[in-house]
Amino acid sequence: MVKINGELLDIAGKTITEYLEETQYNGKRIAIERNGEIVPKSQYDTTVLINDDVLEVVSFVGGG
Amino acid sequence: MIPTREAWMEALRERHGTELQEKFTRATVAVCGLGGLGSNIAIALARAGIGRLILIDFDKVDITNLHRQQYKAAQIGRYKAEALVDNLREIAPYTVTDPHVVKVDETNAKELLQEADIICEAFDNAECKAMLTDLVLETMPDKYLIAASGMAGIGSGNEIRTRRITKRFYLCGDGVSDVQDAGSLVASRVMLCAAHQAHTVLRIINGQYDV
Repeated sequence: MVKINGELLDIAGKTITEYLEETQYNGKRIAIERNGEIVPKSQYDTTVLINDDVLEVVSFVGGG
Repeated sequence: MIPTREAWMEALRERHGTELQEKFTRATVAVCGLGGLGSNIAIALARAGIGRLILIDFDKVDITNLHRQQYKAAQIGRYKAEALVDNLREIAPYTVTDPHVVKVDETNAKELLQEADIICEAFDNAECKAMLTDLVLETMPDKYLIAASGMAGIGSGNEIRTRRITKRFYLCGDGVSDVQDAGSLVASRVMLCAAHQAHTVLRIINGQYDV
Protein backbone atom coordinates (compact mmCIF):
# COMPACT_ATOMS: atom_id res chain seq x y z
CA MET A 1 0.00 0.00 0.00
CA VAL A 2 1.02 3.58 -0.66
CA LYS A 3 0.14 6.34 1.79
CA ILE A 4 -0.86 9.62 0.17
CA ASN A 5 -1.94 12.55 2.35
CA GLY A 6 -2.60 10.08 5.14
CA GLU A 7 -4.77 7.76 3.07
CA LEU A 8 -3.67 4.19 2.26
CA LEU A 9 -4.10 3.41 -1.43
CA ASP A 10 -3.58 0.18 -3.38
CA ILE A 11 -1.62 1.81 -6.18
CA ALA A 12 1.89 0.32 -5.94
CA GLY A 13 3.26 -0.15 -9.46
CA LYS A 14 1.65 2.98 -10.86
CA THR A 15 3.64 6.05 -11.78
CA ILE A 16 2.90 9.40 -10.16
CA THR A 17 1.44 10.60 -13.46
CA GLU A 18 -0.89 7.58 -13.58
CA TYR A 19 -2.00 8.24 -10.01
CA LEU A 20 -2.61 11.95 -10.69
CA GLU A 21 -4.75 11.15 -13.73
CA GLU A 22 -7.23 9.43 -11.40
CA THR A 23 -7.49 12.46 -9.11
CA GLN A 24 -8.81 16.01 -9.29
CA TYR A 25 -5.37 17.57 -8.78
CA ASN A 26 -4.28 20.27 -11.20
CA GLY A 27 -0.75 19.16 -12.10
CA LYS A 28 0.39 22.75 -12.52
CA ARG A 29 -0.56 23.71 -8.95
CA ILE A 30 1.03 20.96 -6.91
CA ALA A 31 4.31 19.81 -5.45
CA ILE A 32 4.82 16.20 -4.39
CA GLU A 33 6.90 15.03 -1.47
CA ARG A 34 7.84 11.36 -1.43
CA ASN A 35 9.58 9.83 1.57
CA GLY A 36 10.95 13.20 2.64
CA GLU A 37 12.12 14.44 -0.75
CA ILE A 38 10.44 16.56 -3.41
CA VAL A 39 9.80 14.71 -6.68
CA PRO A 40 10.61 17.10 -9.55
CA LYS A 41 7.75 17.47 -12.03
CA SER A 42 10.02 16.15 -14.75
CA GLN A 43 10.09 12.80 -12.91
CA TYR A 44 6.34 12.26 -12.42
CA ASP A 45 6.18 10.09 -15.55
CA THR A 46 9.03 7.84 -14.49
CA THR A 47 8.56 7.61 -10.72
CA VAL A 48 6.92 4.27 -9.93
CA LEU A 49 5.20 4.05 -6.55
CA ILE A 50 6.18 1.12 -4.38
CA ASN A 51 4.72 -0.43 -1.24
CA ASP A 52 5.36 1.60 1.95
CA ASP A 53 5.94 4.84 0.02
CA VAL A 54 4.63 7.84 1.92
CA LEU A 55 3.66 10.84 -0.19
CA GLU A 56 2.18 14.23 0.35
CA VAL A 57 0.58 16.14 -2.49
CA VAL A 58 0.87 19.83 -1.66
CA SER A 59 -1.78 21.88 -3.48
CA PHE A 60 -1.10 25.55 -3.94
CA VAL A 61 -4.02 27.95 -3.89
CA GLY A 62 -4.03 31.56 -5.10
CA GLY A 63 -3.48 34.66 -3.02
CA GLY A 64 -0.46 36.49 -1.73
CA MET B 1 18.52 62.54 11.13
CA ILE B 2 19.43 58.94 10.35
CA PRO B 3 21.45 57.25 13.11
CA THR B 4 24.99 56.11 12.35
CA ARG B 5 25.60 52.51 11.35
CA GLU B 6 27.35 51.89 14.66
CA ALA B 7 24.39 53.22 16.67
CA TRP B 8 22.01 51.16 14.53
CA MET B 9 23.94 47.93 14.99
CA GLU B 10 24.29 48.59 18.71
CA ALA B 11 20.50 48.95 19.01
CA LEU B 12 19.97 45.68 17.12
CA ARG B 13 22.49 43.87 19.31
CA GLU B 14 20.74 45.22 22.40
CA ARG B 15 17.39 43.85 21.22
CA HIS B 16 18.48 40.54 19.69
CA GLY B 17 21.70 39.73 21.50
CA THR B 18 25.09 39.86 19.81
CA GLU B 19 25.19 36.23 18.69
CA LEU B 20 21.74 36.23 17.06
CA GLN B 21 22.28 39.63 15.47
CA GLU B 22 25.55 38.53 13.90
CA LYS B 23 23.72 35.63 12.26
CA PHE B 24 21.01 37.97 10.97
CA THR B 25 23.57 40.45 9.65
CA ARG B 26 25.46 37.75 7.75
CA ALA B 27 22.33 36.36 6.06
CA THR B 28 21.08 36.95 2.52
CA VAL B 29 17.38 36.26 1.91
CA ALA B 30 15.51 36.42 -1.41
CA VAL B 31 11.85 37.40 -1.57
CA CYS B 32 10.11 36.35 -4.79
CA GLY B 33 6.98 38.46 -5.29
CA LEU B 34 6.54 41.75 -3.44
CA GLY B 35 2.79 41.86 -2.91
CA GLY B 36 0.90 41.31 0.32
CA LEU B 37 3.22 38.54 1.44
CA GLY B 38 6.53 39.74 0.05
CA SER B 39 6.34 43.39 1.08
CA ASN B 40 5.48 42.37 4.64
CA ILE B 41 8.16 39.65 4.75
CA ALA B 42 10.78 42.11 3.53
CA ILE B 43 9.88 44.70 6.16
CA ALA B 44 9.96 42.14 8.98
CA LEU B 45 13.36 40.87 7.83
CA ALA B 46 14.79 44.35 7.35
CA ARG B 47 13.66 45.35 10.83
CA ALA B 48 15.36 42.23 12.20
CA GLY B 49 18.59 43.44 10.64
CA ILE B 50 19.01 40.84 7.91
CA GLY B 51 22.15 41.88 6.06
CA ARG B 52 20.97 41.63 2.48
CA LEU B 53 17.59 41.25 0.79
CA ILE B 54 17.16 40.20 -2.85
CA LEU B 55 13.76 41.64 -3.85
CA ILE B 56 12.09 40.41 -7.03
CA ASP B 57 8.84 41.54 -8.68
CA PHE B 58 8.02 42.50 -12.27
CA ASP B 59 4.86 44.44 -11.39
CA LYS B 60 3.94 48.00 -10.50
CA VAL B 61 2.03 49.29 -7.48
CA ASP B 62 -1.70 49.45 -8.22
CA ILE B 63 -4.44 51.20 -6.29
CA THR B 64 -5.99 47.78 -5.56
CA ASN B 65 -2.79 46.67 -3.79
CA LEU B 66 -2.84 49.28 -1.06
CA HIS B 67 -5.36 47.52 1.19
CA ARG B 68 -2.75 44.91 2.13
CA GLN B 69 0.64 45.68 0.61
CA GLN B 70 3.29 47.87 2.21
CA TYR B 71 3.24 50.72 -0.31
CA LYS B 72 1.93 54.26 -0.15
CA ALA B 73 -0.67 56.11 -2.22
CA ALA B 74 2.01 58.28 -3.78
CA GLN B 75 3.82 55.14 -5.03
CA ILE B 76 1.00 53.99 -7.33
CA GLY B 77 2.45 53.29 -10.77
CA ARG B 78 6.00 52.69 -9.54
CA TYR B 79 7.73 49.32 -9.81
CA LYS B 80 7.19 47.46 -6.53
CA ALA B 81 10.82 46.40 -6.24
CA GLU B 82 11.97 50.02 -6.45
CA ALA B 83 9.20 51.46 -4.25
CA LEU B 84 9.89 48.83 -1.58
CA VAL B 85 13.60 49.66 -1.59
CA ASP B 86 12.72 53.29 -0.88
CA ASN B 87 10.42 52.25 1.98
CA LEU B 88 13.00 49.87 3.42
CA ARG B 89 15.66 52.55 3.29
CA GLU B 90 13.48 54.68 5.57
CA ILE B 91 12.78 51.74 7.90
CA ALA B 92 16.18 50.03 8.03
CA PRO B 93 18.81 52.15 6.28
CA TYR B 94 21.68 49.69 6.69
CA THR B 95 20.03 46.62 5.17
CA VAL B 96 21.51 46.10 1.71
CA THR B 97 18.78 45.72 -0.90
CA ASP B 98 19.12 44.18 -4.31
CA PRO B 99 15.96 44.92 -6.36
CA HIS B 100 15.10 43.13 -9.60
CA VAL B 101 12.21 44.17 -11.85
CA VAL B 102 11.78 40.84 -13.57
CA LYS B 103 9.54 37.77 -13.68
CA VAL B 104 11.27 34.74 -12.16
CA ASP B 105 11.35 31.73 -14.47
CA GLU B 106 13.52 28.74 -15.40
CA THR B 107 15.89 30.90 -17.42
CA ASN B 108 16.84 33.45 -14.75
CA ALA B 109 16.10 31.84 -11.38
CA LYS B 110 19.54 30.44 -10.73
CA GLU B 111 21.31 33.72 -11.40
CA LEU B 112 18.80 35.77 -9.37
CA LEU B 113 18.77 33.45 -6.38
CA GLN B 114 22.29 32.02 -6.27
CA GLU B 115 23.50 34.25 -3.42
CA ALA B 116 20.46 33.69 -1.21
CA ASP B 117 20.70 31.38 1.80
CA ILE B 118 16.92 31.24 2.10
CA ILE B 119 14.23 31.93 -0.52
CA CYS B 120 10.68 33.09 0.25
CA GLU B 121 8.00 32.25 -2.31
CA ALA B 122 5.53 35.14 -2.09
CA PHE B 123 3.68 35.05 -5.40
CA ASP B 124 -0.10 35.29 -5.61
CA ASN B 125 -0.67 32.91 -8.53
CA ALA B 126 -0.94 29.21 -7.60
CA GLU B 127 0.83 27.97 -10.72
CA CYS B 128 3.73 30.38 -10.17
CA LYS B 129 4.00 29.13 -6.57
CA ALA B 130 4.22 25.52 -7.74
CA MET B 131 6.68 26.44 -10.50
CA LEU B 132 9.10 28.19 -8.12
CA THR B 133 8.82 25.39 -5.56
CA ASP B 134 9.68 22.80 -8.19
CA LEU B 135 12.49 24.92 -9.62
CA VAL B 136 14.18 25.73 -6.31
CA LEU B 137 13.89 22.28 -4.79
CA GLU B 138 15.03 20.52 -7.97
CA THR B 139 17.85 22.80 -9.12
CA MET B 140 19.03 24.50 -5.90
CA PRO B 141 19.18 21.70 -3.34
CA ASP B 142 21.32 23.70 -0.90
CA LYS B 143 18.67 26.44 -0.43
CA TYR B 144 15.80 26.63 2.02
CA LEU B 145 12.42 27.49 0.51
CA ILE B 146 9.62 29.05 2.56
CA ALA B 147 6.43 29.04 0.49
CA ALA B 148 2.87 30.11 1.22
CA SER B 149 -0.52 28.70 0.32
CA GLY B 150 -3.90 29.72 1.70
CA MET B 151 -4.34 33.09 3.39
CA ALA B 152 -7.37 34.51 1.57
CA GLY B 153 -10.72 35.36 3.13
CA ILE B 154 -11.72 36.29 6.64
CA GLY B 155 -11.27 32.88 8.29
CA SER B 156 -9.69 32.49 11.70
CA GLY B 157 -6.15 33.72 12.04
CA ASN B 158 -5.39 30.58 14.03
CA GLU B 159 -5.71 28.48 10.87
CA ILE B 160 -2.53 30.04 9.48
CA ARG B 161 0.41 27.83 10.41
CA THR B 162 3.84 26.68 9.31
CA ARG B 163 4.51 23.11 8.23
CA ARG B 164 7.83 21.50 7.39
CA ILE B 165 7.25 19.41 4.26
CA THR B 166 10.85 18.29 3.67
CA LYS B 167 14.20 19.13 5.22
CA ARG B 168 14.48 22.34 3.20
CA PHE B 169 10.87 23.10 2.27
CA TYR B 170 8.49 24.88 4.63
CA LEU B 171 4.89 25.83 3.80
CA CYS B 172 2.91 28.56 5.58
CA GLY B 173 -0.81 29.31 5.36
CA ASP B 174 -4.05 27.45 5.96
CA GLY B 175 -3.46 25.33 2.85
CA VAL B 176 -6.95 25.75 1.42
CA SER B 177 -8.24 29.35 1.26
CA ASP B 178 -8.04 30.29 -2.42
CA VAL B 179 -8.59 33.95 -3.25
CA GLN B 180 -10.90 32.93 -6.10
CA ASP B 181 -13.22 31.09 -3.71
CA ALA B 182 -12.85 33.42 -0.75
CA GLY B 183 -13.30 36.53 -2.85
CA SER B 184 -11.14 38.62 -0.56
CA LEU B 185 -7.66 39.09 0.85
CA VAL B 186 -7.38 41.17 3.99
CA ALA B 187 -4.18 42.76 5.28
CA SER B 188 -4.31 41.13 8.71
CA ARG B 189 -4.61 37.55 7.45
CA VAL B 190 -2.01 38.04 4.71
CA MET B 191 0.31 39.63 7.28
CA LEU B 192 -0.14 36.61 9.56
CA CYS B 193 1.07 34.36 6.77
CA ALA B 194 3.91 36.74 5.88
CA ALA B 195 4.89 36.82 9.54
CA HIS B 196 4.99 33.02 9.62
CA GLN B 197 7.30 33.07 6.60
CA ALA B 198 9.58 35.79 7.99
CA HIS B 199 9.70 34.09 11.38
CA THR B 200 10.62 30.76 9.80
CA VAL B 201 13.47 32.53 8.00
CA LEU B 202 14.81 33.93 11.28
CA ARG B 203 14.54 30.56 13.01
CA ILE B 204 16.39 28.78 10.20
CA ILE B 205 19.15 31.41 10.33
CA ASN B 206 19.44 30.65 14.04
CA GLY B 207 19.67 26.90 13.36
CA GLN B 208 16.16 26.14 14.66
CA TYR B 209 14.74 23.92 11.96
CA ASP B 210 11.71 22.47 13.67
CA VAL B 211 8.32 24.16 13.55
